[in-house]
Amino acid sequence: MENKKGILGYLLNNRHRSRTISYTMVAAAYILLEILLKTGNLSNLFTGLLVPATCYLVAAIGLNLNVGVSGELNLGQAGFMAVGAFSGVCVSGVLAGTVPPVLRLILAIIIGMLLTAFVGFLIGIPVLKLQGDYLAIVTLAFGQIVMNLIMNLYVAFDSTGIKFSFVESKFTLGEGGKYLINGPMGATGTERIANFTAGTILVIFALVVVYNLIYSRSGRAIMAARDNRIAAESIGINIAKTKMMAFVISAALAGAAGALYGLNYSTMVASKFDYNTSILILVYVVLGGLGNFNGTLIATVILFLLPQLLRGLQDYRMLIYAVVLILIMLITNNEFLRTKAASLRKKKA
Amino acid sequence: MRKIWKATVAVAMSAFMAASLAACGSGSSSGGSAAPAQSETPSTGETGAAADAAAPAGDAAAPIKIGGSGPLTGPAAVYGNAVKIAAEMAVEEVNAKGGVQFALQFEDDKHDAEEAATAYGTLKDGGMQISLATVTSAPDAAVSPLYQEDQTFAITPSGSSPSVIYADGENQTGAYGNVFQMCFSDPNQGSGSATYIAAHPDLGTKIAVIYKNDDPYSKGIFDTFKAQAGTEGLEIVYEGTFKGEESDFNVQLADAQAAGADLLFLPIYYTPASQILTQANTMGYKPTIFGVDGMDGILGVEGFDTSLAEGVYLLTPFVANAEDDLTKTFVENYKARANGEVPNQFAADAYDCIYAMAQACEAAGITADMSNADICAAMVEQFTSMTFNGLTGENMTWNANGEVTKAPKAMIIENGEYVPAAE
Repeated sequence: MENKKGILGYLLNNRHRSRTISYTMVAAAYILLEILLKTGNLSNLFTGLLVPATCYLVAAIGLNLNVGVSGELNLGQAGFMAVGAFSGVCVSGVLAGTVPPVLRLILAIIIGMLLTAFVGFLIGIPVLKLQGDYLAIVTLAFGQIVMNLIMNLYVAFDSTGIKFSFVESKFTLGEGGKYLINGPMGATGTERIANFTAGTILVIFALVVVYNLIYSRSGRAIMAARDNRIAAESIGINIAKTKMMAFVISAALAGAAGALYGLNYSTMVASKFDYNTSILILVYVVLGGLGNFNGTLIATVILFLLPQLLRGLQDYRMLIYAVVLILIMLITNNEFLRTKAASLRKKKA
Repeated sequence: MRKIWKATVAVAMSAFMAASLAACGSGSSSGGSAAPAQSETPSTGETGAAADAAAPAGDAAAPIKIGGSGPLTGPAAVYGNAVKIAAEMAVEEVNAKGGVQFALQFEDDKHDAEEAATAYGTLKDGGMQISLATVTSAPDAAVSPLYQEDQTFAITPSGSSPSVIYADGENQTGAYGNVFQMCFSDPNQGSGSATYIAAHPDLGTKIAVIYKNDDPYSKGIFDTFKAQAGTEGLEIVYEGTFKGEESDFNVQLADAQAAGADLLFLPIYYTPASQILTQANTMGYKPTIFGVDGMDGILGVEGFDTSLAEGVYLLTPFVANAEDDLTKTFVENYKARANGEVPNQFAADAYDCIYAMAQACEAAGITADMSNADICAAMVEQFTSMTFNGLTGENMTWNANGEVTKAPKAMIIENGEYVPAAE
């Protein structure tokens, strides 16, 4: 492999192979789906699934950076999505009417991403200095706290500005005023401006960020800190700083995914982003393979589509979904198949 | 090698389990309790809905396809299943009459906005022409704009929040125009309760409210109750809240008692209400209890001493042990389908939805070969002009925004039965 020359050789050498495969997969899927969409050959079911699928992809890519590359268990990815989702919806709601939809979507995603990164940074400060599974415990609690806070948050907007409160649920609003987040009812009446192209660009963006990070000096430091903390510290790597980098980027991607998700539905309640959603994203990452981003892409798409493809089974679809999950776990961990796969890979090389 | 063998056995076992469960499923559905919707259609039958979805034009005698989604799995499944069973039943009855023919496709949405949007796509693929929208409010608010975009007529049996029919639910402006409600909207229940209490001062004058503040249903009713109570000059002495699956209400009850409340308004579902009644009884606190339609079902709570519910007032559109023939047959047939379960108001609303659709379709002469937009326009015209008599009320009418007008019935529980209370 290393002897090959030219662009193809560059793309397929070991260092670049996985990212070449990732970009190709995403681009091919996008082109194929766009053609189907434009020619009207995509069913309504799949058309509706495109944007949420890209949201989960971005969140899962972010989580894999944190869980797979940095080796810290994060059980609050949905909480970060919630922060991004509700801040993105607010941004879009405030700018509605003055900024065109495309620019508004970009701004909403950027602001959702930055805010979530900041929240992640605040949580990371005390936690990432500790050893052990503390991040898992804190992120688990964080997810639940965020969900409960948003359930009690009221945000309204009118010509005089933004009003928000945790206590008062009724604001006196001026002409044209509306509620952006309405406590337990969540965000209602959101203008749906998310689209598949934006989702795909976000997935590519997430992949670019993640691949460039892990093949950089900082990325090597993150992996060194994961593999042997003492050895990494001995050569002068700041463990807390490297782990913080992975954690904040992971949170930021979740925030961006959340903003896109929030702007794809006219209603969104905070309880959507509960513990179960965090675990769901973690399942995508774990079944795809820790630290393996191609695996994350494939596992997320398959596992996201599975419950919808099983709709034909009527009442039994969630049961069958669980059984299929167990089967995938058994098969991917089967020693016999793994050695077979490894020997196949060797032969090819 | 042993590990491989073990894994193989595990895989085989789970596959067998799945297969046998699926077999159970088909067995029980032929029994009639949870039959898949498509198999009941007289003409499409086995071919499935998707086959002729692409070309709805042509056959005027084909059944009109009705879509709908609701939580068939998850914590809210009891509501979705009630609607599904009642709707299937009504479709069969309508078809048996020989006039307008319906075919029902009902999808699971797990009481989740994302799933409801997905279910909407599935229904559209299945060739839906008229819809029951969704069973619960939050998912409904997510799909209502989709129904408007595609100009498909929808009437929800039980999506009671104003955000179901208005783009801006808070201010009740921007009605979708083609999404209708069969149930009372939450605000109507709240103001209706306040008006009734104000007209009957013998129930109590110092009011305490305990509501679930993370539930749009409960909070929506409370907000309008409070507003109407203000205009009627009622005195609310205590407002207590709870969240999630809480089951200890001693703090709220003690505070209500300390505030001297003699009437307890509970705009909540029957499970927490039954716990409140039990705990109030243990404390020796005996205010008059006033509930809304979510209280319906309290007599069926397992392990609950129903004698505690004696004298409870509730405002509800449907009473399962009413004496009229329509209700009697409905309850009897429903029980036969749902393993003896007594239908709740969700079931009754769904049953009424199908009959109202049938009435409108007959009157407007709607056939399956019409486009969705044409059907929608005709249905909206019918619904805004017709009067409908059903299980959940007589002389129901709808305004152009999609809101229903029907008289809420105040009931009181006496000797374990609902009895109409003084008007």
